[in-house]
Amino acid sequence: MKALLSRRYIPKKSPLSTLFFRSSTFSPTAVKAETPSADTQHLTGKREKLNLVSAINNALHIALESDQTVCAFGEDVTFGGVFRASLGLRNRFGPDRVFNTPLSEQGIVGFAIGLAAAGGKPIAEIQFADYIFPAFDQLVNEAAKFRYRSGNEFDCGGLVVRAPYGAVGHGGLYHSQSPEAYFCHTAGLKVVVPATPIEAKGLLLASIQERNPVVFLEPKWLYRSLSELVPLEPYEIPLGKARIYREGKDATVVGWGAQLHVLDRACSMAKERHGIECELINLRTLLPWDKQTVIESVKKTGRLIISHEAPKTCGFAAEISASIQEACFTYLEAPILRVCGYDTPFPLIFEKFYRPDELKNFEAIKNTVHFDFSTEL
Amino acid sequence: MFATRRVTSLLPSIGNTFQLFQTRSYAKKPTSKTSKSIQIDFKVPYQLHKCDGPATSTTTNSEEALGFYREMNYIRRMEIAADGLYKQKKIRGFLHLYNGQEAVASGLEYALTPEDHVITAYRDHAFMVTRRAGGTAKEVLSELMGKKTGCSKGKGGSMHMYNAKTHFYGGNGIVGAQCPVGTGLAFAQKYLKNGGVTVTYYGDGAANQGQLFESYNMAALWKLPVIYVCENNQYAMGTSTKRASFSQEYFKRGDFIPGVLVDGMNAVSYTHLRAHETGRNLV
Repeated sequence: MKALLSRRYIPKKSPLSTLFFRSSTFSPTAVKAETPSADTQHLTGKREKLNLVSAINNALHIALESDQTVCAFGEDVTFGGVFRASLGLRNRFGPDRVFNTPLSEQGIVGFAIGLAAAGGKPIAEIQFADYIFPAFDQLVNEAAKFRYRSGNEFDCGGLVVRAPYGAVGHGGLYHSQSPEAYFCHTAGLKVVVPATPIEAKGLLLASIQERNPVVFLEPKWLYRSLSELVPLEPYEIPLGKARIYREGKDATVVGWGAQLHVLDRACSMAKERHGIECELINLRTLLPWDKQTVIESVKKTGRLIISHEAPKTCGFAAEISASIQEACFTYLEAPILRVCGYDTPFPLIFEKFYRPDELKNFEAIKNTVHFDFSTEL
Repeated sequence: MFATRRVTSLLPSIGNTFQLFQTRSYAKKPTSKTSKSIQIDFKVPYQLHKCDGPATSTTTNSEEALGFYREMNYIRRMEIAADGLYKQKKIRGFLHLYNGQEAVASGLEYALTPEDHVITAYRDHAFMVTRRAGGTAKEVLSELMGKKTGCSKGKGGSMHMYNAKTHFYGGNGIVGAQCPVGTGLAFAQKYLKNGGVTVTYYGDGAANQGQLFESYNMAALWKLPVIYVCENNQYAMGTSTKRASFSQEYFKRGDFIPGVLVDGMNAVSYTHLRAHETGRNLV
């Protein structure tokens, strides 16, 4: 069964596609080794090659073991969950701490908020981020405002809501959405999106210990298709800090989650074909986002491209774009570009056209670098 | 080896009076002498909640019975074909099949009229090909494969099939979301006085969604001509009903709305039930 599932995410690649970069399929073998400035280089303990979902599973085991107040629940989590993220938790930690909920997202999140307010550390799973909307009221009106409205008498800081998000190749309208922008608009929440297995484990452990409610969006495209040597010991990656995934001087490219790897390939194409060296920034935390790192980078390069799968209008790229033009106006050499999904529901059969793949991003990189004020972009 | 799947049905209330009237159906009355009438006694009795029950037997004829059999078989074969295509990766995405539940769609649709509206969740392929809807397996399978000859022009896929002409409102991906929508459809029918009812299907998983209780309340408060049908296939996604629901008597969950537990494996019990419902009398 495991083999079958992993095969599913390995797409076919023709020799032609490799030669001409025409396919935008994701190759699971193209795993980037950790850069020198990586988060866990200082850890010397045992490592194991884990994919993103196994890293999350590992983090959940560590969290439940080390802290008695942590519990994990959601739809179908006891048998391991529909993506196997909660495998083994029920057998190890028992029905009091790992249990299934009925099919009621609003109930699940409200219940988790109450549990957090009373001192627990619930990790509530929403089966797909597309289903988080019944719980939107609870997150925005209850979780985000708990501390403020009670003058710090109470808070639901222990809350983590985990949900797989983003395109997966065949998800269609209701299994592919990226709802991060809706939550980034709500002060009081934190929104975290890992892009690699090492980040997934470190950020999840940090989110669980974080004293504010966290919406943890996991890129389901990367669940099985990306593997790394992940340290088995506990470690945390700080929230609110971006990571420079690739250093460069010609243009700054910002992304997160699965899109980071698409951008990485676009940057490679730009380097190989045009000698353009892009600085690729992985935001990791969207709320609050690491403005300082992006500002410093744009002051160096003068050009910015932001890319995400979510629709363009009022997507998170709009926020980054507005903030950066405020802070770096005189440093900009070209308009800030956003390469995003179209303003439509996430399509089923048209997914290949909809997604902002590496070809669209490659074109944007070229356009921004070759921009001059006498021509229109 | 099938586990008996029970299906419940909830009815709107108008105080405590019910009128029995003739079954309406699309099948022609038997004209040939060979099509004699058959009496069917229901082996599995109805269970009732706050209402008087229909009789325990019904009459049908061989034409009707064969019609059911043909339709249910057609649905089953279509679903099996879809399953095969899915395994060949010609259908991508998610696919929710109606195997085992055909009697519900066939039976209840049989008793509906052209003015009636139907809305369901994502297990909607069968509703496109019933006698009332009149669609073909070709439309459904094209849609599943994302071709523009599909019923939603290939844009919807498995979970989003609709037919405006026969008032089939789909085809909804989010669990339970179709129930308030169905309640609204019923309100429109009452408002427009077109004499139809709305049949809103949902599953045992959706029965735990808050929006259902909001819908029940509105329907009873405003006396809307809506029939809520809970198709209990005993699993809500991956969790069995006894682990997901405190009360598995889904037909009683409407509380102030009368309910009937119907044998989901018997198509004929629906036509009979439809005769018993009171949607008409609410207008």
